[in-house]
Amino acid sequence: MERTKEFRHIGKATPRKEGRQIVTGAVKYIDDLTLPGMLYGKVLRSPHAHALINKIDTTKAERAAGVKAVLTHENAPDWKFGIPRVVALLDKKVRYAGDAVAIVAAESEELALAALELIEVEYEPLKAVYDIDEATAEGAPDLYEEFPGNLLPTQSIAFGPNTLKEVVLGDVERGFAEADLIYEANTSYDNIPNPLPIEPPGVIARWDSPNELTVWSASQSVSWHRFMMMGKMGFPEIRSIGTQCGGSFGSKNHSPQPFFYAAALAKATGAPVKMLYSKEEHFGAFVLRLGSRFTGKIGLKRDGTVTAIEGEWLVDTGAFSDQAQTQIAVGLGELQLVIRCQNWRVIPKVICTNRAPSGIVRGFGGQELESSILPVFMEAISKEGLDPVDFLKNNFVKPGEGYLWREGNWWVCRGQDYAKAVEEGAKAFGWDEKWKGWLTPSSTDGHKRRGIGVGVHGNADVGEDESEAYVRLTPDGGAVIHANVAESGMGQRSSLIKMVAETLNLPLEKVTMTEPDTMVAPFEFGLTGSRGTWAVGTAVITAAEDALKKLHELAAPRLGVKAEELESENGIIRVKGSDAAQISWRKVIGVFHTVTGHGFFEPDFSMPNFMMLFVEVEVDTGTGQVTLERVVAATDAGRIIDPPSLDGQIYGALGAAGLDTAIFEETVIDKRTGRNLNMNMIDYKWRTFEELPVFDNVILENPLPSHRFGAIGIGEISTSPGPAAVLMAVSNAIGTRLSSYPLAPEKILAAVKSAGEVK
Amino acid sequence: MSSKPTKWVSLTINGDNREFAIGGRAGELPPSETLADTLRERLGLTGTKVGCDRGSCCSCTVLINGAPSLSCMTLTVECDGASVITIEGLPDPLTGALDPLQQAFIDHTAYQCGFCTPGMIMAAKALLTANPSPAESEIKSALGGHYCRCISHYHVIDAVADAAGRKS
Repeated sequence: MERTKEFRHIGKATPRKEGRQIVTGAVKYIDDLTLPGMLYGKVLRSPHAHALINKIDTTKAERAAGVKAVLTHENAPDWKFGIPRVVALLDKKVRYAGDAVAIVAAESEELALAALELIEVEYEPLKAVYDIDEATAEGAPDLYEEFPGNLLPTQSIAFGPNTLKEVVLGDVERGFAEADLIYEANTSYDNIPNPLPIEPPGVIARWDSPNELTVWSASQSVSWHRFMMMGKMGFPEIRSIGTQCGGSFGSKNHSPQPFFYAAALAKATGAPVKMLYSKEEHFGAFVLRLGSRFTGKIGLKRDGTVTAIEGEWLVDTGAFSDQAQTQIAVGLGELQLVIRCQNWRVIPKVICTNRAPSGIVRGFGGQELESSILPVFMEAISKEGLDPVDFLKNNFVKPGEGYLWREGNWWVCRGQDYAKAVEEGAKAFGWDEKWKGWLTPSSTDGHKRRGIGVGVHGNADVGEDESEAYVRLTPDGGAVIHANVAESGMGQRSSLIKMVAETLNLPLEKVTMTEPDTMVAPFEFGLTGSRGTWAVGTAVITAAEDALKKLHELAAPRLGVKAEELESENGIIRVKGSDAAQISWRKVIGVFHTVTGHGFFEPDFSMPNFMMLFVEVEVDTGTGQVTLERVVAATDAGRIIDPPSLDGQIYGALGAAGLDTAIFEETVIDKRTGRNLNMNMIDYKWRTFEELPVFDNVILENPLPSHRFGAIGIGEISTSPGPAAVLMAVSNAIGTRLSSYPLAPEKILAAVKSAGEVK
Repeated sequence: MSSKPTKWVSLTINGDNREFAIGGRAGELPPSETLADTLRERLGLTGTKVGCDRGSCCSCTVLINGAPSLSCMTLTVECDGASVITIEGLPDPLTGALDPLQQAFIDHTAYQCGFCTPGMIMAAKALLTANPSPAESEIKSALGGHYCRCISHYHVIDAVADAAGRKS
């Protein structure tokens, strides 16, 4: 990759394509859409965490004003989801406080809500289990007949027949024999926070014929509502259309429950139905992070070489998850990127409990596993006085080293050594000056004590899954990208437009993209992980190159040269290095034609991305308050496509159930009632403008062998290094090792107290 | 705002006079209707976003008589005689020219998903009207209750400060 080449658009801060629509309120989110004759769906939810529905009477609700349909487990379609597929659209059993009991469609939201009050239900409450220990105890009640002991199968075929369900490599007995230090681990990251995008999930469904369903949704990956839902519904034809998405962080890749409810009610009524969750439902019945616990042991040599990792990774899905096994597969891969070890025996278990369901959350398994297990490694190396930055830098996967990835194949890293990014980040943070050793504050001021910590994460998902795109050249010197790409905040649509404009050498305003719609664009997996830049980017770039090649082939005879001798700029084709012979796109294409190129991306897991977060906290040992003072994120993006968009993605470490899950984010369940106690935006804590740390991004640009711009995505991963880094920083500040999240004031005060007089 | 019982509620929204009959019959405005619903459902002004519908995310912020106000926590019947400005009311109605704040948000990419943006712009508009040269701490305070999960905060602070500079 030529470093000196000046790009026309790439690397420059350019306005988001829909910027004017955003700042004028014109951009349309799902709740801004109203279809003619549209009805509104609402859900009756269970007050019990675990109960049988012995009787349900909907007669009064059906007769209520404006009510068009009432569905229960007795008359709802037989659609199921989950891995394996056992979770019914509506069931005769409820499995968490907030589980769906009945759904109603009415002419207005108010009428639908009023009708819910008229449904009479007789519950038979059952004993409930709220955490991993209760769910797996002898004699625990089973949530599902199919899963005795509340254990779900770990095997799935989500990523093919060899989908990763464990990491068993080398010889752990030998690894422990070689170890100087062996550490027992029983550590959790189980505060099950909520990714909580500002916009609640919503779906509008309309049946155009008995077998043709159109859905509009706020989605991060619009095609999921086609290809992931068809098989669950007896293969109707589904057209999925995306609106602007008001934040997702994984949780709105798809929305299977609201989707099912809207589609079922639309089928029952013959009218379009909007199902928009309230914020309470968003808190209590949509998507929480998985609970996670690692129990086992690790072996190390005194120099920090890891010789063996053995244990169970216990994953708590809540009442269900249709993505737990996929997150396990990816999380197991991610840990191998972060810790180099020859000998592994890590066996996951998937456990269901009577709390609201888990689903996809940014971090996708890796954040959960690493936040559970990295503190154990940190405790081990602290005993040897090793520096954590050196340890994490040395252990992160290097070019030529391999790992098992989600589909079960062995991949060898052909990316880069991120040591330089680590060093630049440490320098910007002042790590060497501030690091005073383990369990030692970097500075103290009376009862205020500062501490520093570090965490790391990487993901090979930058090259996951398939993408296709068309680029259609228009005679006016413009281009339309047909790609099924949503906008959920990453600015990816605008960045893809930049890549195509750069490839075609057009002004940005001459390139547009179709709205996300599975009818309009070819297959696109979606904006999962950090795949937008490389995977989707490759599809649109190669489509643009293909279109340009076809155009030049049409132009070549007109200019009497070979196509390879031509170049194009601003809709004019000319012989390279000469202004003498040129011809416009309009003349070549013709006013009543277009030229279309087709581009692809096939999965490639050989180039993991990387991020290290350095954090500094101040702990008030009098109040137990933890204040995040400073964050430095260090990474290498290969090449930056759009600086502000990338910065924004990295700042996202502070949101989306990320770094702050170590400090104050958690879902609180009352075990006496099974109810969620903080289902509102006052009681669920979130970071405000007045609590922002100083946040600096150190982003290197050493081009990678990805595509013509040498870039890979890093957007998703900024949340994941945070929790373990904060745990370390707070432990160092107060001089006592802390090992559970979140670090609420009472926990700090108790630790300070039990440690006696703080030095 | 008048608190006396009234059969009609009259207010201006983005400079247009609006009058609604209060009542429960078809087409009438129920006393329980929030300003957010009147704007979004009744008038199609969907630029005002409802995030939590409980007054705790500030995404529904509009200006009522110049003051930043939560439209999801305000009943429309309370707004008799008031002047309401929404995000749709910020550009010049004749030329379509954006308010300097809107332009600064574009220039700084001061949004990610954009859902919280209209509310933030309205709150920042009130700030800059009252305080044309706010300190960074004053910008943070004025936007303190605005929830943004994407973390656009750093870019928003730059945009508001930049807009203040452009005006002065």
